[in-house]
Amino acid sequence: MSVRVGEAAQAPPFPEAAKTLIANSQLRRNVRNATDIIRNKRNRVVGEVEDWQELRDAAKSIKDHTLRHLDHYLLQFEEACTRAGGKVHWAKDADEANRIITEIIQSHQQNEVIKVKTMTSDETRLNVALEKAGITPYETDLADLIVQLGEDKPSHIVVPALHRNRMEIREIFMRKMGLDSLGYQPEDIAAAARAYLRERFLRVKIGISGANFLLAESGSVCVVESEGNGRMCLSLPDVLISLVGIEKIIPSFRELEVFLQLLPRSATGERMNPYNSIWTGVTPGDGPQEFHIVLLDNGRTKVLADEASRETLDCIRCGACLNACPVYRQTGGHAYGSIYAGPIGAILTPQLQSMEHSQTLPYASSLCGACYEVCPVKINIPEILIHLRTKVVESGEVPITEKLAMKGAAFAMGDADRLSIAHAFARVAQSPFSHDGKIERLPGMLAGWTAFRDMSAIPDQSFRDWWKDREKSR
Amino acid sequence: MLISLFITCYNDALFPETGKAVVKVLERLGHQVEFRSAQTCCGQMHYNTGYRQESFPLLRQFLKVFADAEVICCPSSSCVSMMRDHYPKMAEEMGDPEVIEQVNRILPRVYEFSELLVDKLGVTDVGAFYPHTVTMHSSCHGLRSLHLGNKPTELLKKVQGITLIDLPQSEQCCGFGGTFAIKNSDVSAAMLSEKVQCVLETKAEICTGADNSCLMHIGGALSRQRTGVRPVHLAEILASTEKDGRQQ
Repeated sequence: MSVRVGEAAQAPPFPEAAKTLIANSQLRRNVRNATDIIRNKRNRVVGEVEDWQELRDAAKSIKDHTLRHLDHYLLQFEEACTRAGGKVHWAKDADEANRIITEIIQSHQQNEVIKVKTMTSDETRLNVALEKAGITPYETDLADLIVQLGEDKPSHIVVPALHRNRMEIREIFMRKMGLDSLGYQPEDIAAAARAYLRERFLRVKIGISGANFLLAESGSVCVVESEGNGRMCLSLPDVLISLVGIEKIIPSFRELEVFLQLLPRSATGERMNPYNSIWTGVTPGDGPQEFHIVLLDNGRTKVLADEASRETLDCIRCGACLNACPVYRQTGGHAYGSIYAGPIGAILTPQLQSMEHSQTLPYASSLCGACYEVCPVKINIPEILIHLRTKVVESGEVPITEKLAMKGAAFAMGDADRLSIAHAFARVAQSPFSHDGKIERLPGMLAGWTAFRDMSAIPDQSFRDWWKDREKSR
Repeated sequence: MLISLFITCYNDALFPETGKAVVKVLERLGHQVEFRSAQTCCGQMHYNTGYRQESFPLLRQFLKVFADAEVICCPSSSCVSMMRDHYPKMAEEMGDPEVIEQVNRILPRVYEFSELLVDKLGVTDVGAFYPHTVTMHSSCHGLRSLHLGNKPTELLKKVQGITLIDLPQSEQCCGFGGTFAIKNSDVSAAMLSEKVQCVLETKAEICTGADNSCLMHIGGALSRQRTGVRPVHLAEILASTEKDGRQQ
């Protein structure tokens, strides 16, 4: 079994990747600017909804309930979708999903496909598998197109090219679309993309999509988007293939009401998405006449097995936690080494891979709680980060110096007398480094602190010693 | 009222002035303060870094020391949030019914310093005098876990002589995060740099807060950059009186 999350298994540790990225002033400005805009829009439209907290509670209950009965709902979906003329495929991992999709395309003797934004296909690295089989995938989501043409990687769940600014995008388009001239205005750049894509929408026979929601009762699939490219991909081709993680399921159409209020406001600060597409199997004479859905596990059932962190699978990929995160704000998404960046990526990526890779991600957070505060399905990300840190420590994947320091500190803190001795020891140990009540340079693990900030020196008298003296003099 | 002070490990060792200030304010308000010397640490550093087994004995130690205390005051919003958010879960995990029972009994009696003053003691004017320009950093734990809201600023507004200036982007983390600042020191420093810019924008001479851990972090950069802006814990501002000023 080969569970894969993009190229996360080969990614450098977060602190290392982050160090390079925060030196990129253009990228930091782009990320700060974009997240500020989305965050402000989100705050404005969320503020309009009086029962926002109740909606969050409802979403959480629906998701938790569905995940507890996932086997039931998935089979119900399979039955209903099949009845409506769809073909349901089950993929245990990335390779199996890619193989199923490649075979469907090959069975139609096609060598190109149009795609509407699907993170899940980035997770399985579908494009790479397709290209290897001689099939050309065309990304049609504007941001995905920018990433694809720029031979880049997505850096945000909802806005994958958020790290690029207008001028960079213009340059990529001119180079890759072979344009001699292109205006500088957003309208000019969007028009270039439109001309490039329209021809492909009309020509290509097979479309590939992800999904935002699966509706178990009716066997329907729901995709929400802002650009209309999705509607084209979902309705124009002869054959439609949807690749969807098994956690995207909800019981029925009724529950969509909750999520279609939460998702657009959280994701892009829109009151509702401009395009909401829901389809059920195939409809003769209308839209694709062949519909396949590939239900992907790729580590999800293992995440489900851990009671303390299974709510990770509640995620509806709105990206609000990325926009709220002060760490993401500085580094952008590439530092996470995964197509799932930001706080949700920091808990999802390592769990999907059974904690065997990306062990530095659970530490890529100051635990400030901003992610939990904005999460529309109330995933307690800080709690899960701590839970995963415990797993990392228990697996022994931490530096020995850290382990010794932590054990030593725990021993000293275990008893007030030992603590007083530790105070005295620390005072002696700091003496070569401290002056005027501060320390400007420390060795070893603590050097990172003093590289940027002074450290407060330990004063001669602790509070407990002062208290003892005070009691004596009374 | 007899108030038991949980000073917390880092205030004990690094910031004794904060502890003295808490004692001064509470005694000035006519309360009696006790300090139980067997106390050590809430266990946050270990728990949050993933050393769960090491944090359990520290929870037991806390319960042993404060089991019969009526009111416990802790001048650190992050340590109080550690207790409120995690002690029940830790107790459950330890599987000891006595620990679970003790945690449930003790938590409602634990107050962060500004909570104690505003909620429990019902005072906002503590008779302080502090003729300085001050901006207030709301720690993430105070903001999102304890929901301190404007309790600290209500207290500050009643201080004579003070000029209080709002900190821009006050809901943004300073980048401390305990061992985060060590393990991800570059990112932490980038976050800190933005925070320091905001502090300097206010042109305040003092940056205050309910948490010396954030203040140590912000203060470390203020000091390194020779900004002349000083971090001072909320309790120390509230402890200051006109008499102190004349003695200085």
